[in-house]
Amino acid sequence: MNAFPLFAEQISVPFEIVWVWIADCLGESRLAVENAAGTLLVSALCAAACALVGCFLLLRRMSLLGDALSHSVLAGVAAVYLITGSIEPVPMFLGALAAGIVTAVATQFIHRTGSVPEDSSIGIVFTSMFAFGVVVVSQATGVHLDLDCVLFGDVAFAGMNFTPTLGWLLPEAIRTLVPALVITLLFLLLCWKELRLTSFDATHAATLGFSVSVMHYLMTTVVAMVTVSAMEVVGLLVVALLTVPACVARMLTDRLGRMLWIAVMVGISCTTLGYFLALRWNSSAAGLMAVVAGAELALVIMLAPRYGFLVRLRRSIQLRVRIAAEDVLAGLFRRMEAAGTAVSQSTSDCHRLAGNGLVSYMAIRWLGQRGLLETSAGMAKLSNKGRRYAQGLVRSHRLWESWLNLNFDLDPDHLHDPAEAMEHYIGPSVQRQLEVDLQQPNADPHGREIPDVPG
Amino acid sequence: MLLGLIRPVIFNIYRVIFLTQTTLVLIGTVLLGITAGLVGTFAYLRRRALAGDVIAHAALPGLCLAFLLTQSRSIGVLLTGALIAGVAGAFAMSLLRHVTRLREDAILGTVLSIAYGLGIALTRTIQNDYRNERGADLESFIIGRAATMLRGDVLQIAVAAIACGIVVLIIYKELKLLSFDESFCRVQGWPASGLDLLLMFLTAVTVIAGLPAVGVVLTAALLIIPAAAARFWTDRLSLMMAVSAGIGGVSGASGTLLSARMDQMPTGPLIVLSASALFVVSWMLAPNRGWLWNRDRSDKELMTAEILRSEPSDHAEAKP
Repeated sequence: MNAFPLFAEQISVPFEIVWVWIADCLGESRLAVENAAGTLLVSALCAAACALVGCFLLLRRMSLLGDALSHSVLAGVAAVYLITGSIEPVPMFLGALAAGIVTAVATQFIHRTGSVPEDSSIGIVFTSMFAFGVVVVSQATGVHLDLDCVLFGDVAFAGMNFTPTLGWLLPEAIRTLVPALVITLLFLLLCWKELRLTSFDATHAATLGFSVSVMHYLMTTVVAMVTVSAMEVVGLLVVALLTVPACVARMLTDRLGRMLWIAVMVGISCTTLGYFLALRWNSSAAGLMAVVAGAELALVIMLAPRYGFLVRLRRSIQLRVRIAAEDVLAGLFRRMEAAGTAVSQSTSDCHRLAGNGLVSYMAIRWLGQRGLLETSAGMAKLSNKGRRYAQGLVRSHRLWESWLNLNFDLDPDHLHDPAEAMEHYIGPSVQRQLEVDLQQPNADPHGREIPDVPG
Repeated sequence: MLLGLIRPVIFNIYRVIFLTQTTLVLIGTVLLGITAGLVGTFAYLRRRALAGDVIAHAALPGLCLAFLLTQSRSIGVLLTGALIAGVAGAFAMSLLRHVTRLREDAILGTVLSIAYGLGIALTRTIQNDYRNERGADLESFIIGRAATMLRGDVLQIAVAAIACGIVVLIIYKELKLLSFDESFCRVQGWPASGLDLLLMFLTAVTVIAGLPAVGVVLTAALLIIPAAAARFWTDRLSLMMAVSAGIGGVSGASGTLLSARMDQMPTGPLIVLSASALFVVSWMLAPNRGWLWNRDRSDKELMTAEILRSEPSDHAEAKP
């Protein structure tokens, strides 16, 4: 690439030394390092801008708009080509931007006037506009209008097209990406409060006097601008940069500010990793960026600290084990009550009380570990601690039965099952409240004594 | 003079019928349009319009993997791979819906873009690795290239399309129940989730059958646009299906004929554009629901009219 000597003349000496040093370390040519750095910079800018607006799209349930915009942009480019007959970058950019806005407006218009469901109206508008774009581009002979760039992205070349910008030789895409990012940041800063309000609670925002539709169209314009400038680099796969990092961030946090940061970081990590994988496997960088993003999402879905699948699975297993264990305790307590004295039961009986299966083994272990159940030679007995625990449970159970009996018109034989479910969730404070409501009852509706608060 | 006007038309019809390649493609696209219209009606009513888009995008990596595994260029093998991947994409969507806190639109966008990214990466790899062997032409599936379809390809697509159409007609009554009142369908003892799966599968088959002609990016349009256009004309499901199938067939035919008349015109986008044109006509002109009929009415009046119109005279025909 003959851009390099120019670059070397214009850039200051420290940069030069750094490039050479990196190139030496990697054993690559300076040109390759320079291309890689340019590409990484450009794709990181793309990722950051897309992730920022993507978060708001996600929160506003407008993620599909990004998909629609990335397709319909082609129609804008095609229309400008039909009108002007040239492919100057500035009119092209404006045309694409206009197409983006037209998409958003047309989608709403068809949705409202034709009572077409919103997702269908998005589908109708963007496919039609994309089809129009393809038809025009396929007829454009003798002019460099490249459909492949839209379909596959152009990441590898984005770092090569160096043009002098403000006295520096920088990748060409920077000329649109930096302003797009700056405008996005300004928009977020200036309209932070309004955006937050309209994104989370549109009705509340409207009653406070904020114009929801103005924010909607401002947002759409910014999204269109970001999409158009990012598409020069990643093509249709801009959708991946818009939706996936935002989803990853959403899985990790509930705070908007943090969500934006995480999304930007995730986006940049996707583009960087994707680029290196593409170099290694000789494949499409834009495609692999989306794949890396998918892998990160899968990882987060499994491992996220609060909303991750594994954590939730663990929590639900813990709950099931606790419930099974408590069923054993309450069952043993009732038998003890019937016999009038502490009785030993065989462990297999205990397993039956816990509902058998794997959960019952975990439940018996849970009880043993907490010293609630004393087992010896196949027999199990409530310990003192276990008896107190069980007394609390049975107390909850019978209080709940009494309360149901008082407040609902249920047959006595319909009281046990709801109480069996509720006893695991009634703590001391609810017990006290129930007691007050029932005015210190002594017996449950079946005539059994309600045990005291365990001492 | 009349004869003078008609003669070129007759000549063109003559040419079209006897030029085998165009005729072949024409048969394929018309059948495809009709089936997509039929299946699309239900996809549209069940608000599944964009699921077709996701399935189409998810099919791309399937095509590539099928090629890499079998090294075969037969369209049957490739489309089988695509079908498996498309169905996997649909399952991924429902899995994400169940295990994550993400909403429907985000899930659609995620699955679609990740699958498309994987497809693009694989396509590029295949193109780089098999450069000397014409690269299996997998890229033609992205935009579709109906013009180069072979007799065997058309035959396989036609069989798939016809089978889909017949299945839809056979289980018409059950699908109707499912589309309008899912809980009633369940209560009546119909296997609603099974029917739903079947509908998803039919959607997948239709989309996949459309890939060679219309391509990954645009196939979903065949499902959405004719059905949405047909909705303007009627409130009756049977009529809507007929109109939708008609619009699908006509757009298939006109797209193919237009692209045959002009050089280098891609067939897929022209089919979609024909459908869009018919959609605009329906949206403007259709009696009662069309825009021109309601132009002077305010939003409130429109809403009232809508409610009045959808007042159920026969329960099963009520608006969803």
